[in-house]
Amino acid sequence: MKRRKAYTPYLFLLPALAFMGVFLFYPIVDVFRLSFTDYNMITEANFTGLENYRNLFNDPLFWKTLKNSFIYLIGVVPILVVAPIFLAILVNHKLAGIKWFRAAYYIPVVTSMVVVGIMWKWLYQGNGILNYILQTLGIINNQINWLTDPQIALFSVMAVTVWKGLGYYMVIYLSGLQSIPQELYEVSDIDGASWWQKQIHVTIPLLKPSIMLVSILSSIAAMKVFTEVYVMTNGGPLNSSKTLVYYIYEKAFENLNLGYAAAMGFVLFIVIFILSFFNIKLMDQSSR
Amino acid sequence: MSKSFKKITKTILIYLLLFTIAIIMIGPFLWLLSTALKSGGENIFQYPPKLIPESPTLINFLKVREAITIEKFFLNSTFVALVIIVINVIVSALAAYPLARMEFTFKNIIFYGILGTMMVPFQILMISIYIFSVRTGMTDSYQGLILPVAVNAFGIFLLRQAFLTIPVDIEEAAVIDGCNSFQIWWRILLPLIKPSIATLSIFTFMMSWSRFMWPLIVISNPDYYTLPVGISYLSGLFSSNWRLIASGSLISIIPIIIIFLFLQRYFIKGAMAGAVKG
Repeated sequence: MKRRKAYTPYLFLLPALAFMGVFLFYPIVDVFRLSFTDYNMITEANFTGLENYRNLFNDPLFWKTLKNSFIYLIGVVPILVVAPIFLAILVNHKLAGIKWFRAAYYIPVVTSMVVVGIMWKWLYQGNGILNYILQTLGIINNQINWLTDPQIALFSVMAVTVWKGLGYYMVIYLSGLQSIPQELYEVSDIDGASWWQKQIHVTIPLLKPSIMLVSILSSIAAMKVFTEVYVMTNGGPLNSSKTLVYYIYEKAFENLNLGYAAAMGFVLFIVIFILSFFNIKLMDQSSR
Repeated sequence: MSKSFKKITKTILIYLLLFTIAIIMIGPFLWLLSTALKSGGENIFQYPPKLIPESPTLINFLKVREAITIEKFFLNSTFVALVIIVINVIVSALAAYPLARMEFTFKNIIFYGILGTMMVPFQILMISIYIFSVRTGMTDSYQGLILPVAVNAFGIFLLRQAFLTIPVDIEEAAVIDGCNSFQIWWRILLPLIKPSIATLSIFTFMMSWSRFMWPLIVISNPDYYTLPVGISYLSGLFSSNWRLIASGSLISIIPIIIIFLFLQRYFIKGAMAGAVKG
């Protein structure tokens, strides 16, 4: 329909493809290649075949950090899928000042994770305000060592991830809620449905696409956790809060064991690939 | 009467719940602020803790400047964010146009190739990008902070969606008027997708302002620290001086919170687009 030179579309795409070629496509291939070498930035890389993967398999810390990442996923995702639904229902009420509450719940989302981590490290102090509040409310008897008890540290960090993420997923649900026709609730009112019945029979089924989306997004995010661990615990005590991405960081940039880190990266990639495969499918549906 | 009574009770309960959650979400910031405002004479570790400072002071905010070059970190963060926005918007808008509006060989392969990169986390690629940065001398430089994270599939996808919503007739009229493809893109289509460009810009700003892992890796010279790296450095340097750490942390988040309060609409749209629903 148009008189246009055949190369025009490629000219428009060129800058993007150049950027992505250097910083996305090439690194994908390169990391895969690195995972079969012993590259350490100092000496020349030697091809070592599957040795990194074999070592990985026998590395207890790899398994521990992988396990920690999965505990993270299992602990964080259900809360981040369910709690924001209720938050969204709550802030969807048409009340005076509701916009301010929405904004307040979203502030942790716009705050950098570094500051959030530092802030919670301060709240988590032994003599800190969190222990004081929980003791005053009678929820705990003795001070809890939130970040220094190996049994607890990982869960304390998870709580921060949840706290920061609530507002983000709330907003996703909110737009889902606002697309539910009001008549459906009116009909259930006539039928004499209770609040809970309305949520279970109307809200939840109609929010299903958003629920799917939040499950996938929060799972992928949980597998990539790094900053909160770096800022609050450095993976300690006794590696109890070390996640897979943190271990990759340590191996690659502290020990300069880049080949080994690349092999771990490949394992992470497979996990995330499976999770995001569903994400892309979902996106494709919504863009049609 | 009982009905209106029930309604009032319900409203009160909702407000009570709203306030309780607001305290959970905002309370930590208030505690940080309280710590930052406490003077040197006040024991910040006292138990039970005190929320209201005895003699509030701003001295800690000034002391941050003696400890670290926070204004430098601030400028670095701002500069890096602005350049990334410009690159991301221009490059994404260029690429999004043919993907939305033209038919050409390999279109689907290119589109899904770009989309597919969303499945590969940066945490993996950075191993290779770091080696590349060392070899090309990009470590400890603005290029190193900017170029590897400037362009991503998300921006292209978002703007492609925006172009798709513009009626084809507008473009056809421009072709009849003798505009070439670049002119159509620049003069006709870009002005029509301004809201999406604003959304992408703000989303990009937020991402850049809080980005931590890549700057941590690529920068070791404090002259190039961005705020998150600088604040993390501050907290390592003065691990028990919480007045200073709290003040520095607050300084670093005040700009983004102010921008958020004024441009909430775009933040929410960005979040939605980030989830690819809108």
